[in-house]
Amino acid sequence: GCLRQQTWKIHFILLFSRQGKLRLQKWYTTLPDKEKKKIIREIVQIILSRNQKTSSFVDWKDLKLVYKRYASLYFCCAIEDQDNELLTLEVVHRYVELLDRYFGNVCELDIIFNFEKAYFILDEFIIGGEVQETSKRSAVKAIEDSDMLQETVEEYMNKPAF
Amino acid sequence: MCVLLISGKSKEAEIKRINKELANIRSKFKGDKALDGYSKKKYVCKLLFIFLLGHDIDFGHMEAVNLLSSNRYTEKQIGYLFISVLVNSNSELIRLINNAIKNDLASRNPTFMGLALHCIANVGSREMAEAFAGEIPKILVAGDTMDSVKQSAALCLLRLYRTSPDLVPMGDWTSRVVHLLNDQHLGVVTAATSLITTLAQKNPEEFKTSVSLAVSRLSRIVTSASTDLQDYTYYFVPAPWLSVKLLRLLQCYPPPEDPAVRGRLTECLETILNKAQEPPKSKKVQHSNAKNAVLFEAISLIIHHDSEPNLLVRACNQLGQFLQHRETNLRYLALESMCTLASSEFSHEAVKTHIETVINALKTERDVSVRQRAVDLLYAMCDRSNAQQIVAEMLNYLETADYSIREEIVLKVAILAEKYAVDYTWYVDTILNLIRIAGDYVSEEVWYRVIQIVINRDDVQGYAAKTVFEALQAPACHENLVKVGGYILGEFGNLIAGDPRSSPLIQFNLLHSKFHLCSVPTRALLLSTYIKFVNLFPEIKTTIQDVLRSDSQLKNADVELQQRAVEYLRLSTIASTDILATVLEEMPPFPERESSILAKLKKKKGPGTVTDLEEIKKERSSDMNGSAEPTSVNASAVSTPSPSADLLGLGAAPLTNSAPPPSSSGSLLVDVFSDSASAVAPLAPGSDDNFARFVCKNNGVLFENQLLQIGLKSEFRQNLGRMFIFYGNKTSTQFLNFTPTVICSDDLHFLKQFLCLNLQTKPVDPTVDGGAQVQQVVNIECVSDFMEAPILNIQFRYGGTFQNLSVKLPITLNKFFQPTEMSSQDFFQRWKQLSNPKQEVQNIFKAKHPMDAEITKAKIIGFGSALLEEVDPNPANFVGAGIIHTKTTQIGCLLRLEPNLQAQMYRLTLRTSKEAVSQRLCELLSEQF
Repeated sequence: GCLRQQTWKIHFILLFSRQGKLRLQKWYTTLPDKEKKKIIREIVQIILSRNQKTSSFVDWKDLKLVYKRYASLYFCCAIEDQDNELLTLEVVHRYVELLDRYFGNVCELDIIFNFEKAYFILDEFIIGGEVQETSKRSAVKAIEDSDMLQETVEEYMNKPAF
Repeated sequence: MCVLLISGKSKEAEIKRINKELANIRSKFKGDKALDGYSKKKYVCKLLFIFLLGHDIDFGHMEAVNLLSSNRYTEKQIGYLFISVLVNSNSELIRLINNAIKNDLASRNPTFMGLALHCIANVGSREMAEAFAGEIPKILVAGDTMDSVKQSAALCLLRLYRTSPDLVPMGDWTSRVVHLLNDQHLGVVTAATSLITTLAQKNPEEFKTSVSLAVSRLSRIVTSASTDLQDYTYYFVPAPWLSVKLLRLLQCYPPPEDPAVRGRLTECLETILNKAQEPPKSKKVQHSNAKNAVLFEAISLIIHHDSEPNLLVRACNQLGQFLQHRETNLRYLALESMCTLASSEFSHEAVKTHIETVINALKTERDVSVRQRAVDLLYAMCDRSNAQQIVAEMLNYLETADYSIREEIVLKVAILAEKYAVDYTWYVDTILNLIRIAGDYVSEEVWYRVIQIVINRDDVQGYAAKTVFEALQAPACHENLVKVGGYILGEFGNLIAGDPRSSPLIQFNLLHSKFHLCSVPTRALLLSTYIKFVNLFPEIKTTIQDVLRSDSQLKNADVELQQRAVEYLRLSTIASTDILATVLEEMPPFPERESSILAKLKKKKGPGTVTDLEEIKKERSSDMNGSAEPTSVNASAVSTPSPSADLLGLGAAPLTNSAPPPSSSGSLLVDVFSDSASAVAPLAPGSDDNFARFVCKNNGVLFENQLLQIGLKSEFRQNLGRMFIFYGNKTSTQFLNFTPTVICSDDLHFLKQFLCLNLQTKPVDPTVDGGAQVQQVVNIECVSDFMEAPILNIQFRYGGTFQNLSVKLPITLNKFFQPTEMSSQDFFQRWKQLSNPKQEVQNIFKAKHPMDAEITKAKIIGFGSALLEEVDPNPANFVGAGIIHTKTTQIGCLLRLEPNLQAQMYRLTLRTSKEAVSQRLCELLSEQF
């Protein structure tokens, strides 16, 4: 039999700014919206109140938060207590690299204006809280292929709706 | 639009802007002109954007679903994104979505198939599992499926398996999935390994062959040169994600039996440990993180196998190096990982050599997360040889510790002090220090426990009395100290009374000087100490009587205090010295059992995190024997806690009498006033859970501890019932003076004239032989509707100790239900008739159990009402009807239960002609789901 019965997976990923503005949320656990909003508020507050010299890990309920700041954005993953913290940091880094490769020097505004691309890229990389494709080339290629099919999102988002 | 929103000056402006935008989109959707795909996509995307800004969106779902069937990739993609983020439980919509997904899965277009699989994984609902759990395995193992689709299919299936394991059929595909570990495409192997790991946890036998495949795959990765794996090399580390996943898969199994496989795995682990000593190939943090991620996972596997002393010690040395690393993250992880290493007999000693470093971490680390890990590790590495040092350091740290972790440290110190006390004077000193330093965080369990230990050990009683007496001299001492001091001096004050500095009168005056500063429960305890003093020190009897007689006691506004003062004063006046000596004799020793503090810490941290060596071994041996999962919760309603469940601290009820010295009314006087209701023990812990299980059923085990099992069989008809109670003696020793008493709560309140429930029992034989079972019949008559369930109190002598326990007897109002069948028309007519607000009681609550319609139906029928099919227009809802029969009246009841699967909530509505009945039935039934 198995001694360890936990599931190793990411429960959710949050991206938020230093001002506490949420920029992306991805949930791999089903929760009511109200609960999600509560969790977001709580976690943003916990992470923003930690100073720079601390570790990248925080115990939170029965989960563990693994976070890292890139420029003005915090990337935070909630994982199982027994999951691999260091590799989760690299999940975050690989995601940043993927965004970077797609947008070219990604910044917070790219994620705001092209939020759907940020979601698509994440979906290519992680499904159901598990890493799907760790090769940067394969993941980015999938997104770029889709872009060949139509004009950019910015173009039509900038056309007035009325 | 986006630019405007972001730069919006104020919240109001933003909301105004958004409302305008929403109105515009709504008019476009409703407009006469059919929108083309492009515009539809544009507006759906805007809605999504607005939703993600934190605003509610209640339309656009249909347009999003329409996008799913578009042939243009980006339109389809936006449609799927909208669905994933804003899933709606609207069943009509789910059908349309599933239809679109089905088409895309069948399209043979890998990008469309990928989108569909992502959507299933993102939503992951049961409806989706029902529709696709059979289809996805086929896609996964089909020979002509593209690699990228296989990857998505594997993880999509994993997601469905996690939410609805019952819907994923095992079959031929499982063996083919195992062979994906050999696939050429590393992305496919990575995804498949995640799936296999989760499946193997539940079905270890079926996936056993994955072990050797995983070992050989791992071996090929760790021995490869850093460029061999091309894209899958991450900052010079070959395939770290796959390596970690393979190492985890192996943690589902014991060490491989085949010596060749085992040897190969040991080589892999050694290689990983060796690589940690090599100079880094890059200065980038990504390189060291990825490399160490693999290393930590390898160490987890080594600890999990716990069979190679050499590897365990090497792992420990490696972690020892990390303890002093300049990276905070590595120090944190080393402390955490060492904690588990400390529980292995092979590496316990090696871990102990790092004690000074860990103590230093406690003092110097700037991050509370790291300090917390250091406390955990000190606790884990503690044994007889270093207990004094570790306890002293923890006490030191406690003075400045973060508030968030103080309670936990207090519990840990209390446990260590007890577990490793050679000299119990040290133990007493430690606990008193705990109270002094962190009195507010010393829970009842802790101070109860010190009293139990002092009472059970003669050698420490004099010392304890002297020490508490001295501690009480402090001008401001914590109330918990007054409790401990009061209790101990009441029992053992005589041991220090010979010293004129702690004469009886001085002891009494010292305690009484604290009296007015204390809360009611502490004052009650002190009053009991005073009556004990009357027995111990006849010379100060009159002083004490004066105090008891004073108005502030005899006329105290608090009933409990007043009653104690009256009773104790009376007792001291009328009882002879002999009777006093008998009544107020020293407390008998408490039966030995697991420390309640340990149970509390386990509860706080969850089982498994506070294990010690013996427990791990026990757990493991049961595991090797292939027994059921040790933590599986008994799904059937009958609860018979197994010894191993008890070991893990999962809800087995402890001996009631060994519960802390009760401070409830008259507890010291149980034997004298045993005919008064105040002698009834408080309800046994956990009995409420058991009670709830009996609301919808009539037979089963009501209570069980190490000594006694109580089983029930009952039947009810109209307003009458009969209950058979079976008392089983689980020990080999006779129970003497065995006296079960059924008490209606009304009795307790002296309101016999309003008796609602008439119960008649015959006494049982006062002797219950070891291993024997006796039976008692209770005849029940429901006179009128009632709220409180009766209490079953059981008192007996076992060995030298007096046992006294109480459980709630599951005689509840719904037992007197007669089901009533009626048509939809009748139902709603009556429903409307009962529309007075006082007749309706409603409760909205969260589901505590999986929301299974069949189980719900069974529970409603078990509750006693009829289950009316095809009455509610919404087939997902349940309605029931019945009549409660009492001697004086009959009460018609209608109920309606509306599940909300999406929110995992229920709404329960009860309508009856009597408010109290609606209220009570609603309470009882709400607890069942």
